[in-house]
Amino acid sequence: MTFSKSLAMGVAALVLSAGTALAQSTEIRIGVALEPPALDPTAGAAEAIDIVVYQNVFEGLTRIDQTGAVQPDLAESWAVSDDGLTYTFKLHDGVTFHDGSTFDADDVKFTFDRILADDSVNAQKALYAPISTVSVIDPLTVEMTLSRPDGLFLFNLGRGDAVIVAPESAETNATQPIGTGPFAFVQWNRGSRVMLERYEPYWGEKPALTKATYVFISDTATMTNALLAGDIDGTNNFAAEALPVFENNPQFKVLVGSTEGETILATNNKKSPFDNLKVRQAMAHALNRQEIIDGATYGYGVPIGTHFAPHHPYYLDLTDTYPFDPEAAKALLAEAGYPDGFSATLKLPPVAYARLSGQIIASEFAKVGIKLELINMEWAQWLEDVLTNKDFDLTIVSHVEPFDIGIYADPNYYFGYDNPEVQALNEQLNATIDDAERKTLAQKIETIIAKDAVNGYLFELAQTGVWNAKLEGMWQNAPIEGVVLRDIHWAE
Amino acid sequence: MTLYIARRFLGFLATLLIAAAIIFVLLDLLPGDPARFILGINASDASVAALRTQMGLDAPALSRFLSWVWGVARGDFGLSSTQRAPVSELIWERMAVTLPLTLFAMVVSMLVGLPMGIIAAMRRGKAADTTLMVMAQTGVAVPNFWFGMLLTLIFAVGLRWLPTGGFTPWDEDAGAALRAMVLPGMALALPQAAILARVMRTALVDVAEQDFIRTARAKGLTRDQALWRHGVRNALLPVLTILGLQFAFLIAGTIIVENVFYLPGLGRLIFTAISERDLVLVRGATLVLVVVVSATMLLVDLGYALVDPRLRRESGR
Amino acid sequence: MIPLLRGHPRLLVGAGISLLLALAGLVSLVWTPYPIEQVVVAERFLGSGPQHWLGTDHLGRDMLSLIMSGTLTSFLVAGLAAGIGIGIGVPMGLAAALWGGWVEWLVLRVSDLTFAFPAVIVAILIATLVGPGESNAIFAIGIFNIPVFARVARGGALTLVGQDYVAAARLAGRNRIAIAWLHLLPNIGSLIIVQGTIQLSLGILAEAGLSYIGLGTQPPATSLGLMLRDAQSLFLIHPWLSIVPGLAIVVIVIALNMAGDGLRDALDPRLRRQELGHVAG
Repeated sequence: MTFSKSLAMGVAALVLSAGTALAQSTEIRIGVALEPPALDPTAGAAEAIDIVVYQNVFEGLTRIDQTGAVQPDLAESWAVSDDGLTYTFKLHDGVTFHDGSTFDADDVKFTFDRILADDSVNAQKALYAPISTVSVIDPLTVEMTLSRPDGLFLFNLGRGDAVIVAPESAETNATQPIGTGPFAFVQWNRGSRVMLERYEPYWGEKPALTKATYVFISDTATMTNALLAGDIDGTNNFAAEALPVFENNPQFKVLVGSTEGETILATNNKKSPFDNLKVRQAMAHALNRQEIIDGATYGYGVPIGTHFAPHHPYYLDLTDTYPFDPEAAKALLAEAGYPDGFSATLKLPPVAYARLSGQIIASEFAKVGIKLELINMEWAQWLEDVLTNKDFDLTIVSHVEPFDIGIYADPNYYFGYDNPEVQALNEQLNATIDDAERKTLAQKIETIIAKDAVNGYLFELAQTGVWNAKLEGMWQNAPIEGVVLRDIHWAE
Repeated sequence: MTLYIARRFLGFLATLLIAAAIIFVLLDLLPGDPARFILGINASDASVAALRTQMGLDAPALSRFLSWVWGVARGDFGLSSTQRAPVSELIWERMAVTLPLTLFAMVVSMLVGLPMGIIAAMRRGKAADTTLMVMAQTGVAVPNFWFGMLLTLIFAVGLRWLPTGGFTPWDEDAGAALRAMVLPGMALALPQAAILARVMRTALVDVAEQDFIRTARAKGLTRDQALWRHGVRNALLPVLTILGLQFAFLIAGTIIVENVFYLPGLGRLIFTAISERDLVLVRGATLVLVVVVSATMLLVDLGYALVDPRLRRESGR
Repeated sequence: MIPLLRGHPRLLVGAGISLLLALAGLVSLVWTPYPIEQVVVAERFLGSGPQHWLGTDHLGRDMLSLIMSGTLTSFLVAGLAAGIGIGIGVPMGLAAALWGGWVEWLVLRVSDLTFAFPAVIVAILIATLVGPGESNAIFAIGIFNIPVFARVARGGALTLVGQDYVAAARLAGRNRIAIAWLHLLPNIGSLIIVQGTIQLSLGILAEAGLSYIGLGTQPPATSLGLMLRDAQSLFLIHPWLSIVPGLAIVVIVIALNMAGDGLRDALDPRLRRQELGHVAG
């Protein structure tokens, strides 16, 4: 047939060109599951935005390093007043935006005024609410005053939400991001890829890579094929179920690290029967955490007993508060007035860990008499139903914000936990700067919410990266959302 | 004829207007607040309200519909609420993948399917016929996304002849763009080729029993010669109908296959837009698909009327 | 029926296999080797053995039970979708043939309109409105089926309307609905059945596609397409999990198509031209 002949000719042509597809030593192609809706990290919460631009295209006054510690970035140093209310930042000299304009204190003031403005669309506006004034002392000095001390202030300045933008480009950053980082935006082929290239006039140490391409591949099987075929050089977080393909393959390295994602069986504490402590305790006893971790994360998740990251120094191991014990669960349900159990819904967002955990938990709960109806939904609908309207019984979600135990002090938050003691402790925690004191306070809260079984505490999500074995310098852990290119390089 | 064309064209416009209304009503009822989605789970209500106003979500539904239709008529599909870019531009970008992919798949399905059908018809009842028809029967039954995976494993992962997916824009590297079409195009084409083979065979077998073939044979042509010279041409009419329908089907079929090959086509645009509650974009992209499908149908009907005036009493589907 | 089958081996084989699989699906309503929602993570990825004839999946569920239940879902979705197509499309087609004029114009426009919305698009629109699920797939495929059956019914009816006995019935004062019911429907019945078989096989494929992109059946229920979706990322590690449901789809579709072809030949050899009905949606 003519077809096979033309195919053979085509194939011959393709083999010839395949050689050039091999990665050059200063370029990288990274597979990412989700495409960002836009590229401005100060006007959207999607993790996908930070993965592409955080610390690559945009920089903040501070930055978070791979251990989760705060490092100076555009602010080379700072001084804090004794009452913890005034921060004076000394800015780096000679920094330019990718459009060539100079970075100075006015850009800092513009950035924060924009975050705090009434019509601000910043997703984390509340984090910066303590800032009462931002004043320009001279082109390289900025002073910020806070209305109350904030133990996490410097960390929050290092988030993607607080990267410094220029007034001239702020409006177009969504499609044409212009920052001060080591990589400049080149082009975005929607639905396909984003390309960055090294910004030669960069003020800091130059990265080894000259070009980075983020390729958007949502399907796990497709991502596996792309990695195997060498069409991409790595991905920062790969679906755990397919990891065995790469684990014993010398051409790849698998990096297993931690994230800030506490995965919980979030429970509507304001709704019957979940307003009953005994019911929540019964559910906690009915959860077989290890089975969930094995089934939903293929063993990569780390068990948690409270809402805190296990690798954090403040973490308290509370996994034995309500050990797996179906009999105890049944007894508690009977005490609570549900000897035959009850029925409830479980709303699941479109992520593998939630969908799998949901099926496993439904099976586990069925054994103690709790019948769960699984309802799968898209993120947008989940946000509307669960987060905004609090119209849910149970849901499974990973809270990926670092140090977010403060959500338990907000009685209007979606899971509706209202405990004045926790609220008081949290206020104290926010206003405390001393580390040892902060640790005591945080652990008190951890203990209370574990005992109250506010939510079902399942596991800390792992970050499982798969990379070409010759690549080095990738972050193993994810203390903050992003794929930082700064240190990545090809080994000789 | 002119009257027929005018009537058919008016029907086409009416279809589009009603389709637009249906799409708008469905999407206007959508649950989910796009502003909330963009800002994520920790955003304050004030920020969300601010973004809602900025996106123009506060106006009444009817006025939003009318301004949408008026805009579309002038080629202005509005601004995507999540991507902050003109919808027409986004759709056009994706069409540069979806349309060539569809055409490529059509060409492949014809190159594979028609010869298969002709050979089967000429060797009717013999081993070749049986083999080809079993192949066609299987081809129809294999889900295209599944076949796509198989092709990737063999030609991209195993042999590394072709990329596993992705797309390089035409103006950047046309060769690479073409290579990116090969596997998805084949995956899409297989079931269609199988269908075409069956249609071609049936049509030819039908024709073979008709008088003019007998006459041709009486004039001394062999059965094959007669079939080839007279039969194939006459069998093309049903095949043409199928091709028109296939084009419409392939456009939709790309949505599934685009996922397997991470191609930035129209289907994935709609898909991500839906999960992100980008109403403006979903509306525009769905409408464009509807327009393309309807326009193809219109062309098939007009082409038919041109070929065979008897069929002007609407070839209903 | 028996003599009909004897002369048509394709029909015999096709219908036989289809019915057998449909029966296995029906059995799953009252009995499966294991409950399909029973998750035992410790026993996942077991190969075929005496406990689990077809092994277990990524959640330790029994594959045989899943296949039985999944087959039922696939048949049910495709069958109900064909039902929607027949229930709405056939009356539409008959009306168009009998009344003509503006009725026909309207029917053709409605056909155009539904045809302009490919099943995937309808499924996407419904999924965003009410969330994904089987009913979503049923409606999406069903809507696609409407113009298909309308076309077949109209085409079939048009050839009959001109015939003497219909004209005689008209002269006898029968109204059009009675004519459609008594004279047209019985005579186009075989056409509808043949097309129905084809749409059934297309529906099973379409359900698989919709479930594969996450718009169809949702867990803990299962369908063949959903099983494929669950297994695809594990293909290189546990290919068995994909091969079993994949083969099931291929076998069912081939069997149904054979039954359809055989039925067409058996009922009316002149209907071979109806091959046109094979275009998928």
